[in-house]
Order: sequence, then C-alpha cells, then structure tokens
Amino acid sequence: MKDLIIPRDNDRDMGTPAREGAPVTLTIDGFDITVPEGTSVMRAAAEAGFQIPKLCATDSLEAFGSCRLCVVEIEGRRGTPASCTTPVAPGMVVRTQSEKVKKIRKGVMELYISDHPLDCLTCAANGDCELQDMAGATGLRDVRYQAPADGGMSNHFEARQNGEANPQYVPKDDSNPYFTYDPSKCIVCNRCVRACEEVQGTFALTIAGRGFDSRVSAGTAADDFLSSDCVSCGACVQACPTATLQEKSVIELGTPERSVITTCAYCGVGCSFKAELNGDELVRMVPYKHGKANRGHSCVKGRFAYGYAKHKDRILNPMIRDSIDEPWREVSWEEALGFAASRMRGLQEKYGKKSIGVITSSRCTNEETFLVQKLARGVFGNNNTDTCARVCHSPTGYGLGQTFGTSAGTQDFDSVEHTDVVIVIGANPTDGHPVFASRLKKRLRDGAELIVIDPRRTNLVKSPHIQAAHHLALRPGTNVAVVTALAHVIVTEGLMDEAFIRTRCDWEEFQVYAEFASAPRHSPEATELLTGVPAAELRAAARLFATGGNGAIYYGLGVTEHSQGSTTVMGIANLAMLTGNIGRKGVGVNPLRGQNNVQGSCDMGSFPHELPGYRHVKLPEVRAVFEQAWGVEIDPEPGLRIPNMLDAAVDGSFKGLYCQGEDILQSDPDTKHVAAGLAAMECVIVHDLFLNETANYAHVFLPGSTFLEKDGTFTNAERRINRVRRVMAPMNGYADWEVTQLLANAMGAGWTYTHPSQIMDEIAATTPSFAGVDYTLLEEKGSVQWPCNEAHPGGTPLMHVDGFVRGKGRFIVTEYVATDEKTGPRFPLLLTTGRILSQYNVGAQTRRTGNVVWHDQDLLEIHPHDAEVRGVKQGDWIKLASRSGETTLRAELTDRVSPGVVYTTFHHPDTQANVITTDFSDWATNCPEYKVTAVQVSLSNGPTEWQEDYASQAQRSRRILPAAE
Amino acid sequence: MSPEKMVMMANQIATFFKTQPGSGQAENVAAHINDFWEPRMRSQLIGYAATGATGLDPLVQSALSSVRAPAEV
Ligand code: SF4
Ligand code: SF4
Ligand code: SF4
Ligand code: FES
Repeated sequence: MKDLIIPRDNDRDMGTPAREGAPVTLTIDGFDITVPEGTSVMRAAAEAGFQIPKLCATDSLEAFGSCRLCVVEIEGRRGTPASCTTPVAPGMVVRTQSEKVKKIRKGVMELYISDHPLDCLTCAANGDCELQDMAGATGLRDVRYQAPADGGMSNHFEARQNGEANPQYVPKDDSNPYFTYDPSKCIVCNRCVRACEEVQGTFALTIAGRGFDSRVSAGTAADDFLSSDCVSCGACVQACPTATLQEKSVIELGTPERSVITTCAYCGVGCSFKAELNGDELVRMVPYKHGKANRGHSCVKGRFAYGYAKHKDRILNPMIRDSIDEPWREVSWEEALGFAASRMRGLQEKYGKKSIGVITSSRCTNEETFLVQKLARGVFGNNNTDTCARVCHSPTGYGLGQTFGTSAGTQDFDSVEHTDVVIVIGANPTDGHPVFASRLKKRLRDGAELIVIDPRRTNLVKSPHIQAAHHLALRPGTNVAVVTALAHVIVTEGLMDEAFIRTRCDWEEFQVYAEFASAPRHSPEATELLTGVPAAELRAAARLFATGGNGAIYYGLGVTEHSQGSTTVMGIANLAMLTGNIGRKGVGVNPLRGQNNVQGSCDMGSFPHELPGYRHVKLPEVRAVFEQAWGVEIDPEPGLRIPNMLDAAVDGSFKGLYCQGEDILQSDPDTKHVAAGLAAMECVIVHDLFLNETANYAHVFLPGSTFLEKDGTFTNAERRINRVRRVMAPMNGYADWEVTQLLANAMGAGWTYTHPSQIMDEIAATTPSFAGVDYTLLEEKGSVQWPCNEAHPGGTPLMHVDGFVRGKGRFIVTEYVATDEKTGPRFPLLLTTGRILSQYNVGAQTRRTGNVVWHDQDLLEIHPHDAEVRGVKQGDWIKLASRSGETTLRAELTDRVSPGVVYTTFHHPDTQANVITTDFSDWATNCPEYKVTAVQVSLSNGPTEWQEDYASQAQRSRRILPAAE
Repeated sequence: MSPEKMVMMANQIATFFKTQPGSGQAENVAAHINDFWEPRMRSQLIGYAATGATGLDPLVQSALSSVRAPAEV
C-alpha cells in the first residue's frame, strides 16, 4: 500500500481559523465567493484560491493584525484594512492586488528585511521560511535602509557593529533539547506567543519591551526556554514563520522532502502527525492539522521524543538462552523461533494445553494485538490472553458495559468545545493526555467551569488563566464515597433530569438507586470525615454539575486502579444518567486511556474472557464465528488474567509466556511477586525493542519494531481508528505482526498474511462493531470511530444518542467499601502514583530521548508537615516502605499533596515504585490497586538491599555473548 | 494462588453483590466467578470450600453450588 501523499492544498495555511455561520457572498478580485459569516477576508480569499501575503497570521491562531502585510482595498471603505482582521460582509468588493497595497507591502517587507540577517543560503529554514516567501511574493528587490555610518546601533542581528558589542543582539538560546530560539532572526510577529497561549495554554512566552526593543521572552528575563514554564509542546516552533524557533533536527539534517501521515505511539489521545523525511531518515514529526483528535497540536512526547527508535540500546537480533543465569546468545530468526516453538509445544505436552499464554500489547497495533490473541485461541488452544489494560482500564470495560452496554468513552474530543461543566476525576490530563488538556483548557478559558476530584493539586486545578471552581481533594481510596455523595446531593435536592431518566433509563432501577443514594449515610456531611472533602464544597460541586448546562466527566487511572475501580466507574455512569448528560455533544463519560492503543487492545479480544468486540467466550454463537473463520475449536472457558498467570506460575501450572511489547516486571504491582512468577516459568518469550526489565527473566528475545516501521491502526480514547504508516523499513527485519505470524507458523499455524490490511479485513468480518472498517475507508476518511458498520457507515462520534447500547440505561447501587489497604502505626501514610508529562509509562522509550532533562529520576512528593516530623528536607534520600517492600528515592516537599498523602511516578526502573505497591485489586477485574498503598517514609542513606540485588541480577541477566564468527 | 488471596478475591465479589438490591445475590456471585475465573481458580475455590471454607464469606459459600466445576484442568 502506498504512502498517503498529502495534496498540497489540503495542507495550505488559510491565514485565519475557520468559522461556522450563515453563508455570506462577496467578490474578491472579480470572483464571487461564499463563506460562513465571521470568516476573515484573508480566509475568504484563500478559499477562492488567492494567497494574500501575510506574516503575523496563521490559521491555527486568531488574527492579530500587526504586520500590515495583508492589507487590501475594499470598495466604499477608507484606507487599506488588514485582511486578516477584517470579517467578510455581504456584497463586499475586495481588491487584493492594487498598486496601492502592493506598494505598502513592499515597504513593510523592506523594513523587515533591513533588520534581518541575509544568510538565507545557510539558514536552517531555507526553503521553509515565510519571510523568504513574502519577500518573493511582494517582489522585494532592494533594501534602501542602512545602518547609519556614524555607528548608531540599528539592528538585532549583528553581534558586533563598528567594533563594538551590539546591545540589541541576543545570542541563541539552545537550552531546550529539541529546538533553538535565535532572536537575531525574529520578526516579532507574535505568532509564538499566541500559539503558547491559544493552542497550548501554557502562557510561557511574552513579548518583553516595546517598539524596536520588543523581544520574545520565555519566562522572566533570567530564564531561558528550559527554565521557563515551557512544556516543549512545539506549538510555537510550528507557528514561527522564520528560523527563529527551529527544530534542532532540521538544523542538523536539513529540510525534509517528503512526508507520511501517521499516529503518535505514546498516549491515548492518538495525535495525527506528519512524519517528515529525507529518504528514510526521519527529520521531524509535525502535528497534522487535519488530525481529528489533535487538530494540529502535539505534546513533547509525540512531537520530539522519537529518538528511542534509533537508540543504541535497541536489540536487532533474536537471542535465546537455556536458563536465565546464562548470557544471551544471538541467533538467526529461524533458530530463535524454532527454539521458542518447540519449548512452548513441549510445555503444553508436559503440563497441559493451558500451561502457556500470551500478553498482548497496548502499544502495538490493532492488527498485531488481534494476531497475538489469535495465537492463544487458535494455536495454543486456550484463552490465556491478557493485556496491560488489565492493570489500567479493565474496570472501565466492566463498569460501562454493565451500565451503558458498551465499554468505551461516549464522545469525541471535539465534544469538549460544547461542554459547560467538566468533572475531571482521577486524571491528570496536562501530564498524561496533554493535547486533550490543551483543548480542555481552551474551553475553560472561554468560560466552562471545572471540578477536579483528585487527592493531589494537579496542574489543572490552578494554572495561568484556569482555576477549578472546586477541587475535591479526597483521601485516596474514597472515590466511591465521593461519587455517591455527589449523587446524594443531586437526588435529595431534586436536581436530576427526570425526563431523561424516564425515557432513557430503567425507572424501577432508578428508584431503587435514588432510595439508596438518598440515605443519610451518603450525605456529604456524613462522609466528610472519611473522604476529607468538606461537605459544603462537595454540595456546591454537585449543584454546579447538575445545573450548569452540558456536563462532561473525564476520568483516568485514579478511578480504575482501586479495589473499587469498577464500582467507581459505575458511579460515574450513574452521575451522567442522573443529570441527563449522555447522548449529545458536550456531555458524556470519557475514560482517558493511558497508552496509545489501550482501547484497541481491549476491542481486539485481548481479555481472557472475551473474543474481539467484547463478546464472552462462553457464547456458542460468538465462538462459532471464529471457529468457522479459523478452523479451530475455541475453548469456552475464560483464561487466566495477568495476576492469575503469575499466581499459577508460582503454583507450577503455568509455564510459558509470549509477552509482546509490555514490561510487566516494571509496570505491574508487587514486583517481587511478578519476579517470582516469571522466574518459575520455563519459557518466557519477550518481544520488545529493548532488553526491558521482564527480559531479565526471559529465555527468548524477539526484537520488535517501532511504530515508524510498520503499517497498522491504533484506536484512541475516542474509539477513533487511526492509521499508522510505515515510514522506514524495520531495523530488526520484521514488523511485529510478522514476528507473531512467524512464531505461530513455527507452531504449525499456517497463517499467510502479507499485509496488515488483510488482518483488518478479518477483524471486520468477525467483529460487528468493525464490520465497515477497511483500509480503503481509512484512506478516504483519515480516521473513523467505531461502531462502524451498516448502521453507521461513517462511524460513530457520539454514542448512545437515541438509546443506550444495552437498551435502557442501568443505575447500579454503589456502596462504598473501604479498601483493606489501611494505614496504621507502621505505615501511616497513603501512597498514590501517577506520571509526568515528559515521561511515558515505564519510561523505556522516553528515558532514551532528550526528555530526561525534565525528569531524570522519580521523586516522592510529600507534604512539608509530614516531612518535618520525619526530619526530611527537600532533596533528601528517603526510604519508602510498605508491607510489600521498600525502595529509596529523593523527597520533594510540596503542598500539592495533602498531609497524610505521598505521591510518586513510576518511570524509572531503579526506583521500582512497584516494589511498594501491593497485590490488592479491583473486585470485578483484578485491576491492581496502584493508587492506594499504606507506606512509611524515613531518612535513608542509599539504595535498599532489594535495589542492589535487583540491579546486579539485571546486569547479569543482560549479558550478551559476542556473536559466533 | 495463596488461599488467603483467593478468599479475599471471592469475598470482594460477594461484598459487591451483597449491596445490590433484589434477590439472587448468590447466583450473581457464582455467575461472576463462572465468567471471570479460569477453571483452575474455580477448582481451587471448590476444593478449598470442601475442606472447611475458612474465611469464605457466607454469600460465597451459598454461591458455591452454582459455581461451575471445571471438566478438566
Ligand atoms: S519567534 Fe518566530 S513566531 Fe515568535 S515573534 Fe519571532 S518570528 Fe514570530
Ligand atoms: S514549546 Fe509549547 S509551551 Fe513551550 S513556549 Fe512553545 S508553545 Fe509554549
Ligand atoms: S503523547 Fe499523546 S498528546 Fe502527546 S503527541 Fe502523542 S498522542 Fe498526542
Ligand atoms: S497578516 Fe494580517 S496584519 Fe499580519
């Protein structure tokens, strides 16, 4: 299949943003054109095919009107208005190329160029510079202005003039690892400042000074880009028309000559990017403006942190060993696959059919995941397949399935533009889902209200121009109590949407639920002591949500990763139904998925009890579909979930595992238990880019490929199926789906896929919600949201519009049950975990990029009071201990966390926050309780014994024998 | 799996269904276990119950008759 070549026009800069409005017809240079009301004259001209010269305008930003290059003449109006700031009017007659405006433009350009270095040929933006283009477009041929001969300083770009240092000259700032700021090339068009405000919402940049002295400045005068608030999203770099803000990769590699549209492989937002290349050398990743999830925006991870793809740590040859004490031996693919296949078959012969299993990856494509679960079901002959979604969003599947009838978010991201009140619960979007956060913040700046429910004061609670109306800083583990208390207020104060409930939900069940929620024990006053949330604040939040207009709930792992994760998801669904906030734009229940393809890996039947499309393996009619397609018999019994696999391994009945693109040893809770389970297995096959932590216990290592090296699809948190396109050949020789196929065939499967599109065809043929999906449709539409089938040929942006998937919405009683993980004298603090912007999950990728400048170690956030009583000061080494284990890391004193609560991230293997977490899990799904662990903190003077043992085991286990000649 | 862990997991399921209105809680507990517990986990549960059922929530105990005994493990 060929690369998608972007038609030139499709990517053209229209100058100002699109508008929606009644049609208005005007005449531009003699041509009639009809555009929506509110459109600028500049954009109308662009629609008609005329490109009016411009510098300070670009279509991702509101017009600013400062450069005056875009002037036009309008019949009946005086002067020469700027076309970017002038809205169209019916019957308007515009001239874009009169003698008068041409002269003005030339004059403007002459002034700009007189203060600009003329080193175009060696400039990194040569050929990709709007200043150059405009000099050409306006026909600028000579510059009359000159520096006064008597030595007065007159420009910004010469370091020295007439032998003296030029006080106007500011040297290049290359503190950011990915881009430079070269003030000598700045034309002060303000696009970067506006991009940082309007698109990203960080407000890191300002224009300091006035007139000739004005300068773009990151943070205060003492700051550079790195020390400022800049989060390195790249929006300013994207907006800059010159080489002032420029990717370092372009400076180094030159301007790219081709581009391929693909999808970010980091988080569940699923941003579309243009991978820009020279040949097969990736020069930069640029957010794609027609990407429906990101609308032209990106974060530091997708935009810049792709260097891991070529990192020297990547393993490119298959390796095997008989036991994990031995060093690795590099072997041919054939030998490695033969070794793996015969070991796995041997285990089945010796220990039974169900003694082996697979773990699918939420980082791999849908097609790859489908094949891995097919390997378990069709080739191993059991249902022992699970995915890392087990440890993050499995309660979403269960909870939303029970209440609404489908396990997915109800909205698209565009929906947030229509929201009036947002609840963000247990999620930290500015760090975990940055592009969604930017879109949310934009809506908040335009007036929507925000309620944050989180133990920690996340960045959303208060940031420039954003302030949550309510922050309910609950005690970790009390989500259900808080959510039910919100329902209590809504029900007892009569704020529910009765008409919605009567038509859309089961009324009987509602009445039972209403009676339950009204009970005095659920009132905010009664639960205040338990949850730590002031009753008045909670009441106010409930009223705001119920009466503030369109209400939307966004949640993350702070909801699911609890003993009562599934119950909280149900409680959230109850709240949405109670307030009638389902089935239209601006409302809904939206799980923010962690990894890029968590949604997809769940859809693709990765769970041990479900075939693709969330259909239980016990159903004979569903098994029949796959039995017919695959010509095998499917086991009607549910298989083992990841924690069950590890338990069974320790018990001796589970012996072999094929683990694709996951690092369970680092990412799963209770590391010691995971290590014991892995150590008890006789054949662990790790299929990954790097020798990850799990590989320390592996017998076979199959090198993986990056998202740049394969075709496929990812499904993001909005159920959007986005294409991933191969931009370069796999360095390891095979795309991951090919490796799985080779392994399956080595075990006798006889698969014959030659392209992932054939796998998608098989998915569509077997899975009703994907029935209409194929690569041709994706090529045509760019992306589509499932369900996509005969009933919804173009996909489904909003779910449950006319009725719930299950028919009537179901209210479920959500009684709070305290977790067994309780604080006590030995472990008096509650640890909760999370992540930060620059790092991703276990960090295997991001730790291998320039992103480490922002986060080179995990820190423990602790409230100053708790620190003081323990004698802990900022930056001290501390020991963090729970009943599971202990580790050491440095302390960060902050009042972001409440007294009694501590917080850390889990991006670095030597910290191993999961040595601390316990094996408690969600009652329904076994999703581990990462978010609540009772701990103690004390001063320490170095790594714990566990950390040292671990490090030496890891080092021993990573030895590779030199290849035999 | 350690018996304590299995007991805890079974009891957690019972704790949820106990709070649900109406009748049939035991059947719901059993149905949940049948749907999500792999045969060897169900065998372990059934075997454990036969040898005393220490610590098992009464609701789990009354659900046991509806927990499907696996054909083979
Ligand atoms: S840095 Fe670029 S975008 Fe910002 S003002 Fe200067 S030229 Fe314009
Ligand atoms: S990279 Fe993003 S956050 Fe940083 S200054 Fe530019 S727009 Fe602002
Ligand atoms: S990490 Fe997420 S938000 Fe950032 S670019 Fe990738 S998909 Fe977008
Ligand atoms: S582009 Fe219109 S004033 Fe700059």
